[in-house]
Amino acid sequence: MGEFNVHRVRFFNYVPSGIRCVAYNNQSNRLAVSRTDGTVEIYNLSANYFQEKFFPGHESRATEALCWAKGQRLFSAGLNGEIIEYDLQALTIKYAVDAFGGPIWSMAASPSGSQLLVGCEDGSVKLFQITPDKIQFERNFDRQKSRILSLSWHPAGTHVAAGSIDYISVFDSKSGSAIGKMLVDRQYMGVSKRKCIIWGVAFLSDGTVISVDSAGKVQIWDSATGTLMKNHLVSNADVKVQIWDSATGTLMKNHLVSNADVQSIAVSPQEDSFVVGTAEGTVFHFQLVSVTSSSSEKQWVRTKPFQHHTHGVRAVAHSPTALISGGTDTHLVIRPLMEKVEVKNYDAALRKITFPHRRLVSCAKKKQLLLFQFAHHLELWRLGSTVATGKNGDTLPLSKNADHLLHLKTKGPENIICSCISPCGGWIACSTASRFFLYRLNYEHDNISLQRVSKMPVFLRSALQILFSEDSTKLFVASNQGSLRVIRLQEGGFTHPRAFQPQSGTVQSMCLLAVSPDGNWLAASGSSAGVHVYNVKQLKLHCTVPAYNFPVTALAIAPNTNNLVIAHSDQQVFEYSIPDKQYTEWSRTVQKQGFHHLWLQRDTPITHISFHPKRPMHILLHDTYMFCLIDKSLPLPNDKTLLYNPLPPTNESDVIRRRTAHAFKISKKYKPLLFVDLLDEKTLVAVERPLDDIVAQLPPPIKKKKFGT
Amino acid sequence: MADLEEGFALTAVPLGSGPDGPLGVEQSDKTDQFLVTDSGRTVILYKVSDQKPLGSWSVKQGQIITCPAVCNFQTGEYIIVHDNKVLRIWNNEDVNLDKVFKATLSAEVYRIHSIQGTEPLVLFKEGAVRGLEALLAEPQQKIETVISDEEVIKWTKFFMVFRHPVLIFITEKHGNYFVYVQKFNSRILSKYTLLLGQEEKCVIQSFSTSVGRKFISLMSLSSDGCVYETLIPIHPSEPEKNQRLVQSQLLKSVVSGSARNGVALAILDQDHIAVLGAPLPASKECLSVWNTKFQTLQTSKELPQGTSGQLWYYGENLFMLHGKFLTVVPFKCEVSSLAGALGKLKHSQDPGIHATPHFVNWETSQGCGLGSQNSEQSKRILRRRKVEVSVQPEVPASTQLLATIQKDSEKHIEVELRKFLATKRTPDFHTIIGDVIIGLLGRCKAEPSFYPRNCLMQLVQTHVLSYSLCPGLMEFALEKTDVQILQLCLQQFPDIPESVTCACLKVFLSIGDDTLQDTDINMESVSDYMDPVQDGEMEGQTAFLQNGFSPEEDNCDSCAQKLKEKPQATADESTSCPVTTKRAALFRNAVLHSAYSETFLLPHLKDIPAQHSTLFLQYLYFLYLKCSENATMTLPGTHPPTLSQIMDWICLLLDANFTVVVMIPEAKRLLLSLYKFVKSQISICSELNKIEVSFRELQKLNQEKNNRELYSIEVLELF
Repeated sequence: MGEFNVHRVRFFNYVPSGIRCVAYNNQSNRLAVSRTDGTVEIYNLSANYFQEKFFPGHESRATEALCWAKGQRLFSAGLNGEIIEYDLQALTIKYAVDAFGGPIWSMAASPSGSQLLVGCEDGSVKLFQITPDKIQFERNFDRQKSRILSLSWHPAGTHVAAGSIDYISVFDSKSGSAIGKMLVDRQYMGVSKRKCIIWGVAFLSDGTVISVDSAGKVQIWDSATGTLMKNHLVSNADVKVQIWDSATGTLMKNHLVSNADVQSIAVSPQEDSFVVGTAEGTVFHFQLVSVTSSSSEKQWVRTKPFQHHTHGVRAVAHSPTALISGGTDTHLVIRPLMEKVEVKNYDAALRKITFPHRRLVSCAKKKQLLLFQFAHHLELWRLGSTVATGKNGDTLPLSKNADHLLHLKTKGPENIICSCISPCGGWIACSTASRFFLYRLNYEHDNISLQRVSKMPVFLRSALQILFSEDSTKLFVASNQGSLRVIRLQEGGFTHPRAFQPQSGTVQSMCLLAVSPDGNWLAASGSSAGVHVYNVKQLKLHCTVPAYNFPVTALAIAPNTNNLVIAHSDQQVFEYSIPDKQYTEWSRTVQKQGFHHLWLQRDTPITHISFHPKRPMHILLHDTYMFCLIDKSLPLPNDKTLLYNPLPPTNESDVIRRRTAHAFKISKKYKPLLFVDLLDEKTLVAVERPLDDIVAQLPPPIKKKKFGT
Repeated sequence: MADLEEGFALTAVPLGSGPDGPLGVEQSDKTDQFLVTDSGRTVILYKVSDQKPLGSWSVKQGQIITCPAVCNFQTGEYIIVHDNKVLRIWNNEDVNLDKVFKATLSAEVYRIHSIQGTEPLVLFKEGAVRGLEALLAEPQQKIETVISDEEVIKWTKFFMVFRHPVLIFITEKHGNYFVYVQKFNSRILSKYTLLLGQEEKCVIQSFSTSVGRKFISLMSLSSDGCVYETLIPIHPSEPEKNQRLVQSQLLKSVVSGSARNGVALAILDQDHIAVLGAPLPASKECLSVWNTKFQTLQTSKELPQGTSGQLWYYGENLFMLHGKFLTVVPFKCEVSSLAGALGKLKHSQDPGIHATPHFVNWETSQGCGLGSQNSEQSKRILRRRKVEVSVQPEVPASTQLLATIQKDSEKHIEVELRKFLATKRTPDFHTIIGDVIIGLLGRCKAEPSFYPRNCLMQLVQTHVLSYSLCPGLMEFALEKTDVQILQLCLQQFPDIPESVTCACLKVFLSIGDDTLQDTDINMESVSDYMDPVQDGEMEGQTAFLQNGFSPEEDNCDSCAQKLKEKPQATADESTSCPVTTKRAALFRNAVLHSAYSETFLLPHLKDIPAQHSTLFLQYLYFLYLKCSENATMTLPGTHPPTLSQIMDWICLLLDANFTVVVMIPEAKRLLLSLYKFVKSQISICSELNKIEVSFRELQKLNQEKNNRELYSIEVLELF
């Protein structure tokens, strides 16, 4: 297959933001995740947990609450006091409404999904009516003494429980009057803590209220009498889960689960289990279990602890079949409940999602430049070089080290959505939610000068995806509302901004672009519809690849043949001939035979596809944990053959070697991978981001004692 | 284990003239009270536990009740329909049904359904459904026809699925059955055709349903005597389409195929169903409880005076007509405990020794296996039936035994008991044993001289008992300070309350050594190490060092100084057992292994006198030292207490009695050694922490070495 010099790059200092909230939507089986930088991501749990949409973050928009409402509308609220609705089609923020209650700490949509409740810093609970195109303030509930940190509706929509500091209030949702108050014991193991913060409440249909608090307790309350039913201490740092019966307002049970905060709670739709997350990173599963084998009396019992996080778990969700948790350590963990999973297939495995399912790195092959995209800045690096040669596994001495050429900071509070460097290295483009930046770069020996192209056209305010043509003369921009434009670049500026004819009636935004090396074809794909192929010269739709059930994760057009290679989130790869408007023979063969089962079981999507410049039969693709060079001329592997064969065949005869050789040449040497590309026929670049380096940049976790102390 | 209790007739007077038994039995809004509607003109409200009627209402002569009375749980009112179209609503205070609220409807009512948590529903004969409130707002509203001509509603049920009301009704037309599922949250009516699995056309005679997570399980009893199950999806994929449902056979030949009437079915819980009918063509009608999971007959009860083929099941009571009287048969399932899930698990015993109670009678289950040949199966079932009939007279063996207990001499009881234990165990063996013990205890209380110790021991050793099955036994043994029985109980019972455990401990601590000498205590677990030899002592010394505890170690502590003066003495003390072998056996086998939860045990431990707790502490400390003698930190012997069990108990005792123990001079040495021990443990932990930190640093260095460079060019060959 060949030997490559691999530029192993570890200087992309990317750190994902911690997860703040998760919200699960049962109808669409989608998960919304908000991060501490204000980014909101949408994962499609049915499509192999693919991150199909994202909304860029904003410095002043720290989300504290996230929820779905009727019609799969997504709302967030945060410390800037605003409630935001997201447009999931156009991938923009629909509107922001100030609740006028100071920072918002909590939000909950009514069980019917037609009302929205927010809890504010000033102790007010505000009810909003969700109208078809906006939200409208309706009423204030009785004002409480201090901030409302958690809210939960009774499943019938008649009552609301609100967690504040040191107590839980129960409101009548019709009148808005407080009808009950449950005081939480500040004491923890005999020591009086300063304050007991109710981080989360959950209202069950039988009137039980479950609270989790900063004293490490899970308490189960009877809201009718206001009595505590049960108390579970879950954490050593700060979380009680308390289950209250709201009818009486009595605490029914108290589970001390931790000495650390219990920061989050989520209840299953059947109300037979719930999950809490603690500041120590442990997730506890509670289940409603019969006290005796035959009686109908049931009790909440702490059944399973899970330790998948190193840092505090800030948010949990409970889908019908899985526990979902996320926190400061930036991982999103989806832990299927084995007893709820009907088919024991690969979906039943634990998923840990750390990296975004999109590309943050672009590469100017000729100049050997790498452009890294961060939340608020771009970095441009030039790769080093070597004159030495070696054999497999050698590290070659560098004759020139990699250079950090540029650190380009965007102005304003908004996060960068996308960025790109032109193949010639002469242009850099990037976009935030409201501004588009285009820079011209000039290289004079070792000096580099940067010039911003001013006077961008009005329509170019923001872009979802940017792509330069292979000859760096054209810039393709996909922006909101599905518009797709091409700009001709010239020295010192640009001309001819022209738009592709949009598909009639689509508002679907295009998130992925690919241009053919000859510059004639442009392929674009949105989050759900199929892939559209446009003729660049005529600015017209050439054809549409037949729609497939799973979203596209990567696109590329091969040189010479103009075959479009499409990777989907279910790990299928298709090859479609643009000139012939049909799938290629190879693609049909692959589909007929099916991919190797291990290939289909990979749990990260392919995020980049490229081609060997000299060998048209070779396709390079990569996900987070491997990269693969597909040689279309070789036979496909079947389920009996070894897919990954990392060991070099040494003494085997040529016959065996030929027999076992298959089309998928996979290397798992470099991981986690953020980017792999072929610079030329003998050189690869692999951008790695070791997890330890990320952990090193996170705040230290709560120290747990060991050795029985 | 299912158990049908002795039934009783609810009505002293025969029910009205109707030939088909009562029209219906429905729950009222108070527990234990049921509305019985005669097929004639009368509605009676019964309190079942008192077996007496609380109220009775009749319609006028000439009118006839066509739909059983139900209770509106939201208002507490009762509703009936007479003459098909006239709706009456009344409450407890009303006397005359003629004077109560009346509404005449425009169509004929099939049934009114009412369940807790939602408003009553009226199902019309044409298949339309109305909420009561909506109907009363406009009684003469037009009622549409849902089902086709000649389709007749056969059976109907209303229940909640995930808080949403769902009505299911089954219609018949020319021998074809259709299932309608009406969901009220979405107002979707789904229609299914019920495909009968059997070859020949059978008439379905009774239906029953239960709700699962995703399916409604519909069970039907066919005229061929078999029970079929049909799963109806709760969330149909295409609600509009007419879909088909296939029946699958669940139980074969539960009733005689030729029985034309008097057949009924009720689902009791997810694994049990009750069937009413004659098992053989010629035999009398029976009420039988079947386990559908293991396909076994659990229990059955003959109804010699015949029945009407109607069966209602509410809570724990089965209602049926027996002769002319409405009979209630309480139904019970065995209660077991979940102590393990809530407190500390009892140290699991060797399953080989432990005889688990038989829940499944495989001999009987063979007969109804998923076999192949129909005739052979039914034959086998017939044979089994006969066996059962012949066995039936034997069942009173237990009652006979219970009678013996009440009057006979201790010797005789013992003989009888041995006989009884020698016979084959019936499924309800453990409940019988529990009853026997309660009987014995009752007699003990009545006659102070009577104390059938051997019988009790024998019974406890059957391995089927738990604390909850014979609640008085341990208290009684405590009263008698019978340590032997207490030891056995502590070993056998999985669910002893902490207060009782603690009371046992107190008895064990306070009982005199001379009394102990005379009792026979199982000491197999302690025999291995109670005679320490010199070698053991030496090993013990080195092991302390290994574990961080070194009596020689001196940390400038004044108290430690004192200790050092007599290091030999400490060593002696630490290696010789502070209690006698028998007492040790009691502690070790019995108390240390029992399940407990700390919060409940602590207050009781506080009541232990200081001297006793010191003694116990000394013993625990001794056990700990024994434990640390070997590398695996375990004690020799069978079922030894684990190190953590010992440590937990030390901590608990100290927590409970610290202030008292501190004051006692005898405990001083023990506390000092414990203090030293804890101190050395702390220093060990801090050392371990230090090591961990340096280890982590090393690891970091190692990692840095691996990923030293942020950038490198490597050669990779792809094969």
